[in-house]
Amino acid sequence: MSDTVSKPAGGLKAWLTSDTPASRLQARAIGLWFAWSDLVRNPLAVAGLVIVVLLILMAIFAPLIATDPPNQQNLADRLMAPGVGGHILGTDELGRDIWSRIVYGSRVTLQVVALVALTAPVFGLVVGTVAGTIGGWTDRVLMRITDIFLAFPRLILALAFVAALGPGIVNAIFAIALTAWPPYARVARAETLSVRRADYIAAARLQGAGTLRIITGHIMPMCLSSVIIRVTLDMAGIILTAAGLGFLGLGAQPPLAEWGAMISTGRQYLLSHWWVATMPGLAILTVSLGFNLLGDSLRDVLDPRGAQR
Amino acid sequence: MSQTHGAHDPATAEEESAIAGTSLLPRIAGRFGKTLFSLVVTLFGLLVVTFAIARLVPIDPALAVVGPRATQAQYEAVRTEMGLDQPIPVQFATYLGDVVRGDFGRSNLTSRPVIEDVRSAFPATLELATLATLLGVLLGVPAGVVSAVNQGRWPDHVLRVVGLLGYSMPVFWLGLIALLIFYGQLGWVGGPGRLDVSYELSYELDVTAYTGSILIDSALSGAWDVFFNALTHIALPVFVLGYFSLAYISRMTRSFMLEQLGQEYVTAARVKGVPERRVVWVHALGNAMVPLITVIALSYAALLEGSVLTETVFAWPGLGLYITQALFAADLNAVLGGTVVIGVAFIVLNLLSDLLYTVVDPRAR
Repeated sequence: MSDTVSKPAGGLKAWLTSDTPASRLQARAIGLWFAWSDLVRNPLAVAGLVIVVLLILMAIFAPLIATDPPNQQNLADRLMAPGVGGHILGTDELGRDIWSRIVYGSRVTLQVVALVALTAPVFGLVVGTVAGTIGGWTDRVLMRITDIFLAFPRLILALAFVAALGPGIVNAIFAIALTAWPPYARVARAETLSVRRADYIAAARLQGAGTLRIITGHIMPMCLSSVIIRVTLDMAGIILTAAGLGFLGLGAQPPLAEWGAMISTGRQYLLSHWWVATMPGLAILTVSLGFNLLGDSLRDVLDPRGAQR
Repeated sequence: MSQTHGAHDPATAEEESAIAGTSLLPRIAGRFGKTLFSLVVTLFGLLVVTFAIARLVPIDPALAVVGPRATQAQYEAVRTEMGLDQPIPVQFATYLGDVVRGDFGRSNLTSRPVIEDVRSAFPATLELATLATLLGVLLGVPAGVVSAVNQGRWPDHVLRVVGLLGYSMPVFWLGLIALLIFYGQLGWVGGPGRLDVSYELSYELDVTAYTGSILIDSALSGAWDVFFNALTHIALPVFVLGYFSLAYISRMTRSFMLEQLGQEYVTAARVKGVPERRVVWVHALGNAMVPLITVIALSYAALLEGSVLTETVFAWPGLGLYITQALFAADLNAVLGGTVVIGVAFIVLNLLSDLLYTVVDPRAR
């Protein structure tokens, strides 16, 4: 959400709150600015934003924040309690520092989130806008396929895909993306239907714009805000699914520091060394809580229609 | 609370049948036909996907059977026998026929037909999901109502936090933490598994398998010590799964109730002097129940799926555990068979909720 990019002609604040925008860019910036000020007025939204920003910073500066390399084993120090021997959150069964592994694990989590967020919504957007714009049989077939995927149990389907493709973080991401796109297609189609009879579309068509141009240039931008809200709300679910796959041993493979996989190894020491499984779980909980808080508030700000839930 | 809750149900039913009138049946029949059609199409899609997954596997199924030392002729013979030399559409048709007859092939892990494994594992999953949904409904609906009535006050905030935590918590982690506290530290409940080991050994002798549900079977067999032992084991997974169901149901109840409480008939009822408790719990909740039925069915379906992780944590011998164990044994028949069964249950529940919606809500017809 960086809206402090443009020229500060006569003070940035005045430019951002002007009643008479001089350019399209300014109009858009003003809209974003008001959405932003609505957002930061909500303490829960700020909390969510802070968590997400911290996650990103943690991933970028992992080598600086972590106290040890994530895979550095030290069997003499195995299963040490939090705080003992300079290990803030203790060590795991191979003497690896849990705090450092959680810090590096943020990279894996962010990678999963980013890759799914860049693929599934885009695919759903294309399917939804194409179905909505063209209509007729194309619409019926595409939406039927969407419904079929929507009716599937997501985790089970992801499991089955991973079973076929083999365990691993890339396959897990692929499986999650494959099961995550249908809601976006539905959302995009609904938005498309609401604008496709609009005058500006007819005007574009009269000017000779082809279907492809209308979809990419005039319809897709209208669907973006709904899709973005949906993405933010879905992030938590994606993180939980990825962690679940990791926990089952189907996602990230050892020794990669992934939070779900870390819980899985900690499970063996649960009753004697509680921190091994507890700490990565707290990390997952915090991050998905952050995305949920942010998504909830984003929806209130950007989409007043859905605000009541 | 649950008393009031129970009392409003017959009233709703009466209202519904009064509104419904005469032309109800043909409309439901038409709707039913549509639902049945989309059911068939969706199931077909599910099978296309599972079939595609089976084809995706880098392992050659024929090679897996004959092993690396087989001659070319042996390999070809097995390939022909398994129908792998047929064109893909023919193979799919064969697969379709097999599935319809309930033949999912043989599990490499248990070397029994997959369908038999599924039949013995499914009741355990169903038992867990049913009790958890029950918990979610009994606690979630009243909680949602209370929070809607107190919108913006502390009960509402508490519920929001409970809901948000529920949406953000990894179910397997909550299960582990619950085990750590209530089994490891406090010793209030039994550990993983359906029974203590001592009971597990003599289970077959003490209990007749009527339904496959351990609670029902042990109660019917009069083995009350088994029953109570099973209860201490099932409590924790039910509470863990039920919490997620509660988070979802209470949040939706709140939103439906807010919608109803803003309607004019509520004001009219208040003006007439109907006691507030009756307005909320009978009039408003009665109408909120209509969309809620869909929500409850959806959460039930989600629990059937969510049980995969929970069952792994609690070593609960249901379908979820079966699928994950099969995954690690590279037992694809079992994985796909289990996927199809859960998928079918999921799809049927989804569509059933759709259908129920039209039955209870006259406006949706």
